[in-house]
Amino acid sequence: MTTATKDQIEERMTEALESFGADRDDISRDAKWESIDVDSLDLVELAQIVEEEYGVRMKEEDMKQMPTVGSAIDFVVERTDK
Amino acid sequence: MSRRVAITGLGAVTPLGVGAESLIDGWSAGESGIEDGLGRCRGFDPEEFLTRKETRRADRFTQLALVASREALDQAGWADGPPVDPGRVGCIIGTGIGGIGTIEEQHEALRERGAEAVSPLAVPLLMANAASGVVAMRHGLKGQCYGTVSACAAGAHAIGAGLRMVQHGDAEACIVGGAEAGITPLAQAAFKGMGATSASGVSRPFDARRDGFVMGEGAGALVLEPEEAAKERGAEVLGYLTGYGATADAHHLTAPEPSGDGAARAIETALADAGLGPDEIDYVNAHGTSTPLNDASETEALKRALGPRASELPISSLKSAIGHLLGAAGAVEATATVLCLQRGVAPPTLGWEERDEDCDLDYVAEGARRLETNGRPLRAISNSFGFGGHNAVLCLEAA
Repeated sequence: MTTATKDQIEERMTEALESFGADRDDISRDAKWESIDVDSLDLVELAQIVEEEYGVRMKEEDMKQMPTVGSAIDFVVERTDK
Repeated sequence: MSRRVAITGLGAVTPLGVGAESLIDGWSAGESGIEDGLGRCRGFDPEEFLTRKETRRADRFTQLALVASREALDQAGWADGPPVDPGRVGCIIGTGIGGIGTIEEQHEALRERGAEAVSPLAVPLLMANAASGVVAMRHGLKGQCYGTVSACAAGAHAIGAGLRMVQHGDAEACIVGGAEAGITPLAQAAFKGMGATSASGVSRPFDARRDGFVMGEGAGALVLEPEEAAKERGAEVLGYLTGYGATADAHHLTAPEPSGDGAARAIETALADAGLGPDEIDYVNAHGTSTPLNDASETEALKRALGPRASELPISSLKSAIGHLLGAAGAVEATATVLCLQRGVAPPTLGWEERDEDCDLDYVAEGARRLETNGRPLRAISNSFGFGGHNAVLCLEAA
C-alpha cells in the first residue's frame, strides 16, 4: 500500500462524504456528523473505504470518539503515518 | 363501516416514460416501450427526482416507487403532507422480488472481496418492504405500512389491502402501489431458465404466436381516500375503487389452473364486492402476460365469470406495450385503467394479429376504441395473477 499524504486522505474522505449525500460546502473539519446528515450507516461505509484504501481499521468504539469530520481524518492520518 | 373509496392521485414510472399521463397517452396511441426484448424505464434518471442520499439509499425498485408515489401524492394535493392525521395514513407497496439488483451486486462483492466488502446498506436496500418503508418515511405517513409479496399479483394485492383499510376506517387514507426493478442478470436468467420469458422478445398477449412474457420494470401508485373526505377538501376525484376479490388456485407453483377456476372466482368475488353483475362492466384490463398458459386460462376465467358478456367486452393488455412489470404490474395497470375510464377509451393489445382457438375474445387489436357509456359511469375490472397461484381482481369506476 502506498503511503498517502494528509491532504490526499482528507480529500478522499471528503469525497466519500460527498458521495453519501453531504454538501461539499458544508463539509469542514469542525462539522459534526449530524450537521452534514451523515448517520451510522454512512460511518460504517466510511470505515470500509478507509480500511480498503489505507488499511486503517475504524471500529465502532473508535467512531464513538470521533464527533467531527476532522477527528476522523486525524484518526486515519495518525495510523497511516506509522 | 364501509366507506366508498375515491382515487385522488395517480403516479407511474414505466417504459413509456415518467408519469401516468405518458403511460396512457403512449399506450392509447399504440406506442411500445419495449426495446431489444425488454421493457426498461430508459428515460428514468433517479437523480432528476431524488437527492443523492435518497438515490443511493434505495434500490432501483424503491427509487421507482418514490417517484411514482410523489406524482400520486402531488396530484392528490398532498405535496406538503397529508391533510389528515399522518398516524391515520397507510402505505402499502407490493413487489415481486424486491431489491434483486442489490442482492446481485452485494453477492458479487462478497465473492470477490470477502464478507468485509458487503455494504451496510445491503439489507435496507434489498428488503422487499423497503419501498413501502421509504415512501412512508419520505412523506411522513405513520399509519399501517408494509409490502405485499405475491409475485405478479403483488401490486393488486397492495391496492386491495389499502381499499379495505380505508373502507373499514382503519385509515383515513392510504397510498398503495407496486414497484419492480428485476431486469438483472440473475432474474433474467432465472425467468428464462423456467421458460417464462419470450424467446422472440415480443410481447403479444392472446396472439397465437405468443411465446412468453417480456420483462419490464417500473412502478405505479394510487392515493385512496373516502369519497366524502375527498369531496369535503375539494380534491379532484379521478375514479373509484369499488371492489376487490382475491383467491388462490392451490394448483401448481407456476402454472395457472387451466380451467381458470381460481381467477374466475377472484373476478366473481370482486364483482360481488362491488355489487355489480357482468353486464355492468364495460372494459377488462387483462393480466394478459403473453405466456401460452396465462392467456388461455385467463380467457377461460373471463368466460366462466362473465358468461356471454365476456365476448361483448373490449379486453386489452397493457403488457403488450410495456412488458410484464411483475409486482408493479397490478398497480401500473390499475393506474392505467382509471385513466382509460376517465377518458372513455380502451387502448389496444399491441401486436395482436393471429387468433388462437383458446383465446377467442375481443382483445382490441385494431387500435384504441371509445367505450360506450350507456348513461352511467364506466366500469372496469383489472386482473392480476401471480406465480404461486395468486389471483387478485379490482373493480374500478369512472368519477
